Amino acid sequence: MTSDQFIGFLLLEEPNVRMVVAGTLLLCGMAALVGCFTFLRKRSLVGDAVSHSVLPGICMAFLLSGEKNPIILLLGALATGLLSLILMEVLSRNRLTRPDTAISLMLSFFFGLGILLLTYIQHQGNAAQAGLDKFIFGKAASITEADLRLFLFSGIFITASVAILLRGFYLISFDEDFARATGFPIKFLRLSLSVLTVWTVAIGIQAVGVVLMAALLITPALAARFWTHSIGRMLVIAALFGMIAGYTGSFVSYLAPAMPTGPWIVVMATFIAIVSMFLAPGRGLLARWNTRSKNREKTLLENILKLFYQIGEKSGQLQGNILEEDLLNHRAFGHDELRKGLKRLTSKNLLESNLLTYRLTNQGLLEAQRIVRLHRLWELYLQRYLHLEPDHVHDDAEAMEHVITPEIEAQLELILGNPETDPHNTIIPPKA
Amino acid sequence: MIINVQDPSLEAHNLTVIYHRKPVLWNIDFSLPKGEIIGIMGPNGAGKSTLIKAILELAPLNSGYSKIFGKSLNEVRKKVSYIPQRQTIDWDFPASVSDVVMMGRYPSLGLFKRITKSDREIVRLALEQVNMTEYANRQISQLSGGQQQRVFLARALAQQADLYLLDEPFVGVDASTEAAIMQLLRTMKNEGKTIVVVHHDLHTAAEYFNWLVLINASLIASGPTEKVFTDELLRNTYSGKLTVLSQVGDVMREQNFPVREK
Repeated sequence: MTSDQFIGFLLLEEPNVRMVVAGTLLLCGMAALVGCFTFLRKRSLVGDAVSHSVLPGICMAFLLSGEKNPIILLLGALATGLLSLILMEVLSRNRLTRPDTAISLMLSFFFGLGILLLTYIQHQGNAAQAGLDKFIFGKAASITEADLRLFLFSGIFITASVAILLRGFYLISFDEDFARATGFPIKFLRLSLSVLTVWTVAIGIQAVGVVLMAALLITPALAARFWTHSIGRMLVIAALFGMIAGYTGSFVSYLAPAMPTGPWIVVMATFIAIVSMFLAPGRGLLARWNTRSKNREKTLLENILKLFYQIGEKSGQLQGNILEEDLLNHRAFGHDELRKGLKRLTSKNLLESNLLTYRLTNQGLLEAQRIVRLHRLWELYLQRYLHLEPDHVHDDAEAMEHVITPEIEAQLELILGNPETDPHNTIIPPKA
Repeated sequence: MIINVQDPSLEAHNLTVIYHRKPVLWNIDFSLPKGEIIGIMGPNGAGKSTLIKAILELAPLNSGYSKIFGKSLNEVRKKVSYIPQRQTIDWDFPASVSDVVMMGRYPSLGLFKRITKSDREIVRLALEQVNMTEYANRQISQLSGGQQQRVFLARALAQQADLYLLDEPFVGVDASTEAAIMQLLRTMKNEGKTIVVVHHDLHTAAEYFNWLVLINASLIASGPTEKVFTDELLRNTYSGKLTVLSQVGDVMREQNFPVREK
């Protein structure tokens, strides 16, 4: 590819490119919007089955009309998509099959039927059929002006419907029984959501095809969920992610017209989801690792301070100079780990280093007393209220001393009545 | 021992519910007073939750009907508040505490009306009543079981109903929340509200409720606690005397028999 081609695409210079990009953005955006509710209502697999079920509808619409009018094909798709949805519902509600069986039964039946019809059409010798197979894997490059008009209308209608019915969709996704008890029009809301979903699918398969359509519904929603706890923001972010994936997909479709677009869009969407999984604040993996390593550091630093205090307790000099080796003799720290900890503590001004020795600063002493105090209070609590033997309380207290908040400390003081010694009869340092 | 009342808050007439051809509730017929805290009790699988659901038309009725404040459910929906079992909800849902409590305003807002200042004020007060003000913006997945239950209660309060139906509100809840909820229910009772609680803990029943309904598929007793909370009635409720009934149910299911001849 030349850089001219690349820039040409970015600037949307060719009318054809503009059309394809606009079409893909529209359908990826609306799929993500509707997909948020599919995702929140835990209907991901239903979405997949419905996507596969629109294929026979498209084929039948073509067979009956003999032309590829997008509106007629859409109607056909809506018909079998909804039929499949209703059949799944009937099968599982009447306990004829389990829900998962109903889903896979309908998915394979309708998709099988679709493939049969498609094969039949292809062998019929009707020249107009060329390109129908794009519905299996999708081909954004083949979006026509008539398609685009339909997409635009659908996009506006679907977005507006979601905006208008948002409160209802939100409520039935969270607590359907409550919604029903309060007299919300559940049947209407469920039907609307179903129609919007099938409609979106019927449009979306132009770009990604029936096989991968479910990913376009679910993946942006999944990715967006990592970034926010608000439904409004989730909808916007999902639509945005969907569009980014769609844009990339249509770019590929432009460069290599023989390439199916669907897989590219899906790969991109999944990439966004994986990145979200790692980077999202709070819920993301990185954030979790970060918290864990912070916790680990806190534990290490507090353990070192505690050791200074314990050694000082024995020698009678709480702020005496202590060698690294002494510390290692008293507690099984890793050598590097201890070094790192001592360095951190010195930089935090809790320790003072003096050639080879370290001593607690005034501030460090206070902190060490606090930790030892929590440790011993907790030991006492375990002994008194959980009736553990004095020689069984230490390990547990070792872990708890790092998490006890000032509020919990106050509660401990209250129920233990400001005790002076712990179960091992050592003195509990007073509160600073 | 089935005591009926004049001008009831809630009445059921010949309620029968059959799930998948297996009877769950047989011919339940009672009337409950207004302004009391009422316990619905019975062993596991007695149909306690189903009874509430049947009254709210969440479970399919096979025969009979119920009335609330003398009217059909559709006429008084806004005066009825339902608190489902906390465990039936996925709490990892994109919503904050105040989002959920605001759902209590949805019945009067309907699908389209805008949220007003007074709605927000009602939500704020409801959160205050359950002691959850400082959690208003907290994401609901971070709440403990007791806090989740308080949020549900606040949502019900925000509905400003007259009849409250609570399904097992004390399951998986810490002692302090249980006490706080009871305190609140008593305050609501003093304001003239009627509160119906599905409950299974016999130890606290006498202390919590002024009126008791004992069921085990059929109605065993309904009346003031001091009259109903007797060894004999409790034994009738909790002992397996109804095994014949459930056997009949099994046969009906196997052979596809209808419950009522038509």
